[in-house]
Amino acid sequence: MTALEFSLVLFLSSLAAGLLGALSGLGGGVVIVPVLTILFNVDIHYAIGASLVSVIATSSGAAAAYVREGFSNIRIGMFLEIATTLGALFGAWLTTRVPTHSIGFIFGLVLLYSAFASIKKHHEALAQNPDPLALRLKLQGSLPTGPISQQAYVAQRVPAGFGLMTVAGTLSGLLGIGSGAVKVIAMDQAMRLPFKVSTTTSNFMIGVTAAASAGLYLRSGYLAPALVFPVMLGVLAGSLIGSRILVKARVRTLKLVFALVIAALGVEMIVNSVTGKL
Amino acid sequence: MSSFTPPQPNPPGQWTDQRVETWVGILLRTGVMVAAAIVLTGGVLYLAQNHGPRPDYRTFHPEPSQLTNFSAIVHGVATLNTESIIMLGLLVLIATPVARVVMCIVGFLFERDRLYVVISTVVLLILLYSLFFHS
Repeated sequence: MTALEFSLVLFLSSLAAGLLGALSGLGGGVVIVPVLTILFNVDIHYAIGASLVSVIATSSGAAAAYVREGFSNIRIGMFLEIATTLGALFGAWLTTRVPTHSIGFIFGLVLLYSAFASIKKHHEALAQNPDPLALRLKLQGSLPTGPISQQAYVAQRVPAGFGLMTVAGTLSGLLGIGSGAVKVIAMDQAMRLPFKVSTTTSNFMIGVTAAASAGLYLRSGYLAPALVFPVMLGVLAGSLIGSRILVKARVRTLKLVFALVIAALGVEMIVNSVTGKL
Repeated sequence: MSSFTPPQPNPPGQWTDQRVETWVGILLRTGVMVAAAIVLTGGVLYLAQNHGPRPDYRTFHPEPSQLTNFSAIVHGVATLNTESIIMLGLLVLIATPVARVVMCIVGFLFERDRLYVVISTVVLLILLYSLFFHS
């Protein structure tokens, strides 16, 4: 295969991965790493490098749209970014120490969990007493529910949310992904924030979290320009197209199909890691 | 459970928050588009010069030092090295979330929200550490 053909095939695969990531709500990173390692035999260090860059691009590219909706909360996002960036520092450091097959194995587990989380029925939690810490940190806001009506919310269980965000950041740095699924658990399940606030704030946080790993990835030589260029442009284009379609499409069936694909990739990554093929 | 009174809708400063976020959204989008344009330019030039077989990424060999530190990348761009141009695009991309945090600090300063000026500054310091010192 020539360099040109390779770039074209990579671009088209990344476009598909970006589309799938946007439509399933899992993000492009979780899809592109297994595609690169399993289909293209790319070493996982180059794969997570290309993925991390794509994650920054999609998060920043989508930001304008999320702002317009008015659901994301910058204070909650900024406060929790302390946890995710510290986690990312640790996760990126781990990639330089942990053997390749362990990264692949953990990746497989995260894929399986993400597949499960993407199809799980969502239950909006009931309001309880707010955490006094949340009030002091102003982790509150109001959600537009109609043309003039608003629903007020306050975060709960702040330390648990902060702890889970550190885990999300570590996974982001270790695997080159956005960890959107774990960020949403932290805000939605632990802190009991409204689901729309959790998902849009999480999207907003992904770019900053990923940027905290980028320096070490760059210095460690994970960013291979000729590989990153078609992957980043493909994932970005795919996710922008995906978020347009998302507004119109009924996604329930699609989500189920995607979850199966992602679970299959997860099993493949785990098998390859255990058998030493990765 | 009944002791909890929800906060009033429309807390003070909400409009300013919205405005800060709108600016941040525009900044991020512009940053990504500029980065993508630079990466595309570098990539097209790279492909115009490299007709050989595809590079092999099966085993990991760290990229050479001319592509792993800031001043070497800028130097490479000056000599029109195509891979350095792609890397420059990536540096612009990595800078966009950092710029976002800086804009939030400015926004919180205008709102006189000292707590969040401090919190955002902590995030900025972690990012700067990660970009320049983390090893």
